[in-house]
Amino acid sequence: MSLYLFRRLNLLVFTLFMLAMASFGLAWLFPGDYLTNLTGVHFDTPEQRELFAALYKENEGVFWQFMAYLEMLWQGQWGQSFSSGQPLFQEILTTLPASIELSAYALFISLAVGIPLGFISGLKHNKLTDYSILSFSLVGYSIPVFWLALLLILVLSLQLGWFPISGRISLLYDIPPQTGFILIDILSSDLPYKWDAFTDALEHLVLPTLSISIVTSTIILRITRRSVIEVMSSEYIKAATAKGLNRTQVILRHGIRNTIIPIMPQLALQFTTLLTNAMIVESIFSWPGIGNWLLQAIYQGDYPAIRAGMLAVSSLVVIFTVFIDIIHKIIDPRRLYRQRVKI
Amino acid sequence: MKINLKHSCILTIAFSLSLLTACSKNQEIQFKSEGLVYCSEGSPTSFNPQLDTSGTTVDATSHQLYDRLLEFDPEDSQIIPGIAESWRVSGNGLIYTFQLRKRVSFHQTPYFQPSRYLNADDVIFSINRWRLESHPFHDIDVSDYPYFVSLGLDKLIKDVRRINGYRIEIELNKPDSSFLANLATDFAIILSKEYAEQLLTTNQPQLLDEQPIGSGPFKFVSYRKDRFIRYAKHQEYWKHDQTIEQLIYDITPSSSLRLAKLMTGECDVMSLPAHSELDIIRDRDNLMLDEKPGLNVGFWAFNTSKPPFDNPEVRRALAMGIDKSSILEAVYFDSAIKANGLIPPSSWAYQADLRDNSYNPVLARDLLRENGIEPGFTMNIWAMPIERAYNPNAIMMAELIQGYLEQLDINVEIISFEWSLFRRRLDSGAHDSVLIGWSADNGDPDNFYRPVLSCAAIDSGTNRAKWCNKTFDEIIDDALTYSDPQTRAALYQTANAIIADQIPLVPIAHAYRFQAYRKNVHNLVINPFGGIRFGDVVIAQ
Repeated sequence: MSLYLFRRLNLLVFTLFMLAMASFGLAWLFPGDYLTNLTGVHFDTPEQRELFAALYKENEGVFWQFMAYLEMLWQGQWGQSFSSGQPLFQEILTTLPASIELSAYALFISLAVGIPLGFISGLKHNKLTDYSILSFSLVGYSIPVFWLALLLILVLSLQLGWFPISGRISLLYDIPPQTGFILIDILSSDLPYKWDAFTDALEHLVLPTLSISIVTSTIILRITRRSVIEVMSSEYIKAATAKGLNRTQVILRHGIRNTIIPIMPQLALQFTTLLTNAMIVESIFSWPGIGNWLLQAIYQGDYPAIRAGMLAVSSLVVIFTVFIDIIHKIIDPRRLYRQRVKI
Repeated sequence: MKINLKHSCILTIAFSLSLLTACSKNQEIQFKSEGLVYCSEGSPTSFNPQLDTSGTTVDATSHQLYDRLLEFDPEDSQIIPGIAESWRVSGNGLIYTFQLRKRVSFHQTPYFQPSRYLNADDVIFSINRWRLESHPFHDIDVSDYPYFVSLGLDKLIKDVRRINGYRIEIELNKPDSSFLANLATDFAIILSKEYAEQLLTTNQPQLLDEQPIGSGPFKFVSYRKDRFIRYAKHQEYWKHDQTIEQLIYDITPSSSLRLAKLMTGECDVMSLPAHSELDIIRDRDNLMLDEKPGLNVGFWAFNTSKPPFDNPEVRRALAMGIDKSSILEAVYFDSAIKANGLIPPSSWAYQADLRDNSYNPVLARDLLRENGIEPGFTMNIWAMPIERAYNPNAIMMAELIQGYLEQLDINVEIISFEWSLFRRRLDSGAHDSVLIGWSADNGDPDNFYRPVLSCAAIDSGTNRAKWCNKTFDEIIDDALTYSDPQTRAALYQTANAIIADQIPLVPIAHAYRFQAYRKNVHNLVINPFGGIRFGDVVIAQ
C-alpha cells in the first residue's frame, strides 16, 4: 500500500512538474516580450527590466530560468495581471473557491439524482420504467450545456421571472468572505439578514447548478445502470437468491456495495467534465469563478493570467484525480493486487 | 402553481445543500436589505473625478460622493447654488467671491472621522491640488488633472484667497465667460483637507483617491475591480434625509446582460442601453425609458503625430473612404444625428452649413495613391471596449470601417483592450487611429473645442488626435474673452473651417442619451452634462 501511495505521489509530482514546464513554455509562445508575459509587468525603463531579468535568471540558460520560475511559483509569486495589475496568485485564490463550490454542489445533486435513478433503471432492466428513464437521460446527455443554460435563463428567468441570472448573491447583501464558499460564509456570519441572504444565494445557485447537473446526472445514471445490470446478473447474486434471500435482501446485502465500488473512479472522473461544464456555465451566469475569469483574460489578451489560470485549473484536476484514486484504493484495497498483476 | 413550483425547486436544492454545508438551525430575525443596484458598464479608474475625464469614472463618483461649489439644474441647465450659497463677480470679471454653506458634513467612515464641518480651507485645498504643482497632493497620482489642464484652468486662476471661514475669493488672470460653468462641472469637486492631513501623517497620501471622503449623499464602503462598488447612505447629508440606504454599482460590461438583469429585477437602473434594445425596454410594462438629445460627439481620430497620418491629405482620403450614413444606421439604429463638426445641433454654436467630406471611394483611392499610400498598406483602429453614449458599439463601427477601407486596399487591424488599460495605452500614442468621442461637461461650446483639439489637451490626454494648431488655439482662446454669443459663434465658425481643412478627426454622430430603469425608481433625471445622480432617487415599495 505504501509503495502504491509513493507511486501515485511520484506521478502527481511529475505531472505537476510537466504542467509547470508547459506554463513556462507558454510565456515564450505568447506574442510579446517573454519576461513581460511571465511577470505581467510592462517595463518602463531598461533598469526595471534588468531587475526582473536578474530575478528570473534570463541570462543563465533555459534550465536555470525554469528553476527560477519554479521557485517563484512555490513562493506564490505568479506574476501580475495585465488588466487589473493585481497579483495573480491572489486573484486565483479568490476565484477558485467559487468554481469548486459550483462544481461540488452540481456533483452532489448529480449523484443524488443519477445514482437512485440508475438503480431503478438497472433493476427494471428492459421494462417500461427503464426505457422511460433511458430516453430522459439520452435527451439530457445530448443537450449542449451552454444551450441548456440559455434555455433555462430564457424560460425560468426572463419569461417567468423566478430566478436571478447572474452572480452568487444579490449585491445588496454584503457577505464578508471567509472560506470563499458563499453558503458557508453566510451561515457562519452574524448578519441580521442572514436567512434572507441564504435564500437569495440559493436562488442564485439554482440555474447554474441545474445547467451543469442535468448533463452530469444523466452520465452518472447510465454508468450506475450498467453496473447494476452487471452485478445483478453475476453468479454470487444468483447464489444468494438460491440461498433463499428475497430480492430486497439481495439488493441491500450484496447489490448496492458491489455496484457502487466499481463505478467510483468513473464518477470521480466526471469531476473534470463537470469542471469544464462549470467554466462554460460560469461565463453565462457571470459566476465569479475561475472559468469566467479565464475567459475574460483570454478576451483581453492578458497572457500572464491565461498562463497562471491554466496552471491552476490543470493542477487542480490532476491533484483531485490522484486524490480520488488513492481514496478509492483505501476503500477497496483488492484492486491493488489486480493492478500489480497487470503491471 | 407558479409559486409552488418555484418554492419546491428551491426547497429541494436547499435541503440537499444544507446537508452538505451542515448548517445550523438557529433562527435569526428576517431583514430585507434595501437599496438600489445600478448596472454600470465599466470600472472607474479612480474615485476622484479630478483625475479622469472618463464618463464611467464620473458616473461612479462625482455626484454620489462629492459636492461642488455650484451645480447645474438638470431640468433647465442653469447654474444653481451647491456648496456656495451665493456668489458675486467683480465688474472687470476677474474676481469671484463665494459665500459657503454652513454645517456641511464630510463622510464618517471606519478610516476617517471628521472633527469639523466643510469650510473655506477644504475648498482652497481642493482647487489648489490641481492648480499648484507645489501642492503636497499634486503629484501623488501618476495621472495629471486632464479636465483642468485641457481647459487651461490651472493657468487661468491667479490666486484663491480665504476671506473668512466660510467665504473665499478666486482671482483670474483674464476674464473667462465659461469659468462659473466650469466650476459647476462634475470635476470641480470638494475634498476634505482634514482627511488629506490625516493621510499625510500616516504617509499614505494616495488613499485620498482610493478611499474617498466627500460630502455627497453617499459614502464609500468597498470596491472590487470589474465586480462592484458599494456605497452607503451619508446620514448627515446637508441637503435632505431621503437618500436610499445603499447604492451598489454592479459592473456589467455586456449591455444585453445589463438589460436581462434589469428585466429580472437584479438591477434597478442600467447604464447605456444598446440602441438595438430600446424597443424591448419600451415594450415592458415595468420598465421606463427616458430620452434626451445628448450634448456629445462620436468621432474617428487620427494620430497626427505619426506618419502617414501627419499628412492632412491622407486623413482626408480616409475620411472620404467611409459612409457615415450606413454606419449611423448599423451602429446607432438611427437614434443619432449625423455629425458634420464637433458641436451638436442643440448648442447655440452649431453650424448647420459646415462643409463635410462625402463618401467617395474613387476619389479617396486616387488621393491615397497621390500621397504615397500603396495597396496593402496596414493601419490599426483602436476601438473602445465599452459602450458610451456617443458610441454604443465602437468595435462594430471599427469592423464597418475595416470593410470600407478594404475596398481602398488598406488592411485594418482592430485593437481593443480593457477600458482603463485602453486609455493608458492611448495616452502613450501607440495608436494609428481611434474610435472614441466626447460628452460635454457643461453647455459651453468651448467644452468641445478645447478638450478635444487644443494643444494643451495633448498632454492632458483628451486630445486623441495629438493635433496641435496654434491658429486654432488662438481662435478658441479669443472666443472666451467675449460674452456675446454671436461674436463667439463667428469665431467658432473659423475654428470649424480649420478642422474641416485639416481633418484631425472625422466627426461621426451626435447620439441621443437614454436612461432605462424600473418603474419603482423615482426622481432619476437625465443629466444633460455628464454624470448620473442618485442622491435624490427614492424607491417606491
